[in-house]
Amino acid sequence: MTIPLLELRNIETYYGPIMAIRGVSLHVDEGEIVTVLGANGAGKTTLLKTASGALDSRKGQVLFGGVEIQCRDPDWVARLGIAHVPEGREVFPFLSVAENLAMGAYNRSDRDAVAADVDTVYDYFPGLRGLKTRMAGYLSGGEQQMLAIGRGFMARPKLLLLDEPSLGLSPTLVDEIFAIIARLNREQGLTILLVEQNANAALRVSARGYVMEVGGMVMDGPSDELLESADIKEFYLGKKDAGIRGRRRWKKRKTWR
Amino acid sequence: MLPMSDVIHLAITGIAQGCAYGLIALGFVLIYKATEVVNFAHGEFMMLGAFAVLTFSEVLGWGFWPAFGLGCLSIGAVGYLVDAQIMRRIIGQSQASVFILTVAFGFIFRSLAGMIFGWNTQSLDTPFDGRIALGGGIEIGTDRLAIVGATVVLVGALYLFFARTRVGIAMQAASQNQLAAFYMGIPVKRLISFTWAIGAMIAAAAGALLAPVTQVDTTIGFLGIKALSGAIIGGFGSIPGALLGCLLIGLIEPFADYYVPSIKGVSAYVVMLLVLFIRPEGLISQTYQKKA
Repeated sequence: MTIPLLELRNIETYYGPIMAIRGVSLHVDEGEIVTVLGANGAGKTTLLKTASGALDSRKGQVLFGGVEIQCRDPDWVARLGIAHVPEGREVFPFLSVAENLAMGAYNRSDRDAVAADVDTVYDYFPGLRGLKTRMAGYLSGGEQQMLAIGRGFMARPKLLLLDEPSLGLSPTLVDEIFAIIARLNREQGLTILLVEQNANAALRVSARGYVMEVGGMVMDGPSDELLESADIKEFYLGKKDAGIRGRRRWKKRKTWR
Repeated sequence: MLPMSDVIHLAITGIAQGCAYGLIALGFVLIYKATEVVNFAHGEFMMLGAFAVLTFSEVLGWGFWPAFGLGCLSIGAVGYLVDAQIMRRIIGQSQASVFILTVAFGFIFRSLAGMIFGWNTQSLDTPFDGRIALGGGIEIGTDRLAIVGATVVLVGALYLFFARTRVGIAMQAASQNQLAAFYMGIPVKRLISFTWAIGAMIAAAAGALLAPVTQVDTTIGFLGIKALSGAIIGGFGSIPGALLGCLLIGLIEPFADYYVPSIKGVSAYVVMLLVLFIRPEGLISQTYQKKA
């Protein structure tokens, strides 16, 4: 059996006294895109932050290539080859687009390869090419999201953690960004752990998916199966069969709680 | 009315004084931008710098320039250690605790300096003891010119460092979005300590260059409070603003002291209050609202 690139084992993470994640396990194999779905407050972001070291778990292990990396500083984890593209873009607002990308490659010394990768980023996100010298804070939301993904790519990570890339973007832009995410995976061999609320977009690009609810995993499986599952359809895709009486009663609404 | 030559003389003295404030304010702003800590012990770095240079050059007799370099470096090391060993542990606690800690550091540094170097005022011999005639009967001490020159050089060097070098840009990045900088693998903690070192070094340089003007004793660090008001006038968090604000109070001070001797020494704070009433964000403010 091959070792998964990233494996979380029974992670429990707290915000002070509040347990945000209660014993979550997942794994990501090299070369695949894995999606974690969940509503607001399900603990998806917490999960990613625990994986990248921004939050320390109280119990459980984070294994990267089979080595335990939990409770280390996030810059140390990043140097191992995990690039975290945080929720809400979080670009460096007073640095130019080019400088933001350069910061993504902070720990790389191979100048020529870095220059080539900058070009690759502009190929994937042609809109950024004309904005090289623009301060990142003045970009539109979609441009900032592209910059954030490009900045993550610049580290040439073994694993990219993507936190809600569709947040606050128009439907066309979401399609565009997910198409690029799929291409990065296919063409660059980039392994991606994707956290999303937009189940449709995310499951279409990913191989497998997990579903989180109030801090725990409630479902997992191949993406195409999840797309067909009745619960996913109802909760995340908004499709449902009309009830017998033409209208469903709210009490019957299923939850995992 | 003052004769023109006196006006020019006062203005040059004021600019020199403003530059000295500016050097100290640079440290305030750099550290504030990196950590959101206002280091009330920053003036003490300046005082320690003056004593360190004094020790190396007068007591050990190594000459002014080697002593100047060594003094700045050793205070830089003190700044680095203050952050790496102590401040880092208290980050994330309430602003009040951080404030009290830095004030306490001020007291500790003053007492330590008094115990080690003595409480008397001492004088430091610098190469800048001549006077230059500017024509029209105006003479200016080279010590003042040295402060202005050093400020221009240091500010230029810092600008190039922060705008051009990889580490400098990473320090900017870490101050703009610390978590994102961590995610990029930037060693944020080390860079923050390094920022403290830079701030402390500049303050130490200011202390040594100001020594001919202020002499050297344990209380010269209180100049830091004037530098702080200069930084507030300029818009706290903006480096050009801090320099501008400090130049402004440096320029206003000698004239205010001449025309309104009754407020001698407090004119800087009067100006600060006025600016805060009219433009609470300071003269140059750098603010950014994150897109939702």
